Amino acid sequence: MPSRLRLPDAIGVATGGLRARRIRAALSALGIAIAVAAVVAVLGIADSAKADLLTQLGEQGNLLTVASAESINGRTVNLPDTAEPMIARIPPVQTVTAVGSVDNVTVRRSRAIPAEQSGGMNVLAAQGSLLPTMSAHLLLGRYLDAAAEHYPVTVLGYEAAKILGIGSLDTPTQILLGDHYFTVTGVLAPVTVAPEVDVAALISFGQAQQVFGRAAGPSRIYLRADPDQVADVAAVLTATTVPDGKDDVQVRRPSDLLVARIAAKGAFVGLFLGLGGIALLIAGVGIANIMVISVLERRGEIGLRRALGARRRHVAAQFLLESTLLAAAGGVLGIGLGVLATAVAARLGGNPVSVPPTALAAGLGAALLVGALAGLYPAGRAARLSPVEALRSL
Amino acid sequence: MTHALELSAVRKEYPPPTAVTALDGIDLVVDAGETVAIVGASGAGKSTLLSILGTLERPTSGSVRIAGTDTSALSDPQLSEVRATRLGFVFQQFFLLEHLTVLDNVATGLLYRGVPGRVRRQRAAEVLCEVGLEGRIRHRAGQLSGGERQRVAIARAIVGRPAVLLADEPTGNLDSATGAGIAELLSSRAGDGTTVVLITHNADVAASMRRQVHLRDGRIVADSRGQHAVAAPSS
Repeated sequence: MPSRLRLPDAIGVATGGLRARRIRAALSALGIAIAVAAVVAVLGIADSAKADLLTQLGEQGNLLTVASAESINGRTVNLPDTAEPMIARIPPVQTVTAVGSVDNVTVRRSRAIPAEQSGGMNVLAAQGSLLPTMSAHLLLGRYLDAAAEHYPVTVLGYEAAKILGIGSLDTPTQILLGDHYFTVTGVLAPVTVAPEVDVAALISFGQAQQVFGRAAGPSRIYLRADPDQVADVAAVLTATTVPDGKDDVQVRRPSDLLVARIAAKGAFVGLFLGLGGIALLIAGVGIANIMVISVLERRGEIGLRRALGARRRHVAAQFLLESTLLAAAGGVLGIGLGVLATAVAARLGGNPVSVPPTALAAGLGAALLVGALAGLYPAGRAARLSPVEALRSL
Repeated sequence: MTHALELSAVRKEYPPPTAVTALDGIDLVVDAGETVAIVGASGAGKSTLLSILGTLERPTSGSVRIAGTDTSALSDPQLSEVRATRLGFVFQQFFLLEHLTVLDNVATGLLYRGVPGRVRRQRAAEVLCEVGLEGRIRHRAGQLSGGERQRVAIARAIVGRPAVLLADEPTGNLDSATGAGIAELLSSRAGDGTTVVLITHNADVAASMRRQVHLRDGRIVADSRGQHAVAAPSS
């Protein structure tokens, strides 16, 4: 009967060797765990953020904007009055809304704030159809209604409310638009595809004309088209908006911004994965180091096992399994830590938790590979040790 | 007749920088059930002889037969098989695995025979009873006295019922009373047909074996069995 070592026994021998040196094994596994956690967390956090962006992309992919590309003396040239109803008649167009910039009107909390410190906010004339067209919703209060055409009321974008320090509308709140006080009736949630709305104070077109003398016509039109015919609609928007072709207009797809952000996140993932890979390499060198020390310390045990009938390959398998199991334990711990970090980061960022299964498989696979590679040299060295030399080493 | 061990013209030379002839033409025959003490001064070649008998190293020339099999023709895995199935080793330093219990240390003696763990432990428990350590089965090696540790090492060596038991200074780290007990335990193995070969500096331990073989400078200078008796060199 040839000398043989059953697989369960080989695993038992390897785990026994690790249990005999618990602290050293735990510290080595921790190195792998940190590296794997970094890899899993990078992939998980990126995936969670991307999942949110992809959801938004799905929701916002059919949104188009038409804006005037011309200005005179810093004032935007408005689009023709007919543009909005004409666009609404394009069959695949589902909803349309128009906004009109109210130029050179500052937004302040009170007269105590200097006019030049308007915080980058602007005033926009808006319609009731803005909410459904932009899939926007209110954080506080209510939106502009029919009465808003005749009264000085405003709805603030998310960032504008933050800049003005308005977090509640429980008490009547007024802000200063130009030299006129307007009552804040609502605050919008962030509108990712239209950042210009986030920093705006929205008022009705009627008030924009009556109070600030704004000329008729929108400065920008937002529309949603049938998702399957977005490109077709985009192709006819210029001609529909300015049939005579006298003015220049810009047609844009705001979801391109989301696509760019997804691509940007992918670029950072590559960078951080590279750093995680380096950490994994360092942890692997650490394991190789302690395995070499272990072989030197356990020459007597190696000699004993050879005397008991172990083949060279049994000795090699023992040390190879030890390093691989060590790395596997670190890998499993690292995956747990990585998922936890992803969950915490996603929660803080308000994103859904999403850890791609490939990240888990890659984390564990990388740990096993590093462990096996780190164990190759020590295992070979242990196997090559002459039994007599090993036994006489003490 | 097949002998348990048979050495013929065995030489062992170590290459430079050592450049030593450790064994110089050893002829030795040991029958099954014999107990043999190999004695001699330090450097006489005792440990080298035991290593070659135990197939832990190969002779430079000459032949070593174990139960009729010429080991010089065997590959390294085949030598491992010989050690796993036919030989048992006892060392002066015990070489117990400190993280294992006494029972598991003894069961390790069957590890490389592919015996299932449950059977290994069952046989280990039986052998521990034979060496008088049934009360220490669950203890760790570090909790035992020197004599008990050597008994555990002997139990590990005999758990596979080897044909030949090789012991390298088994009483070297023990006091004389404990050493005598270990020597008695080893010689008692001959009762069931095990061949026992031990190396010792201790005259009392050597006397407890039926046969004594004296080595000097790598040669057998005296053998109490008579058939290999050689006159000691006058120099």
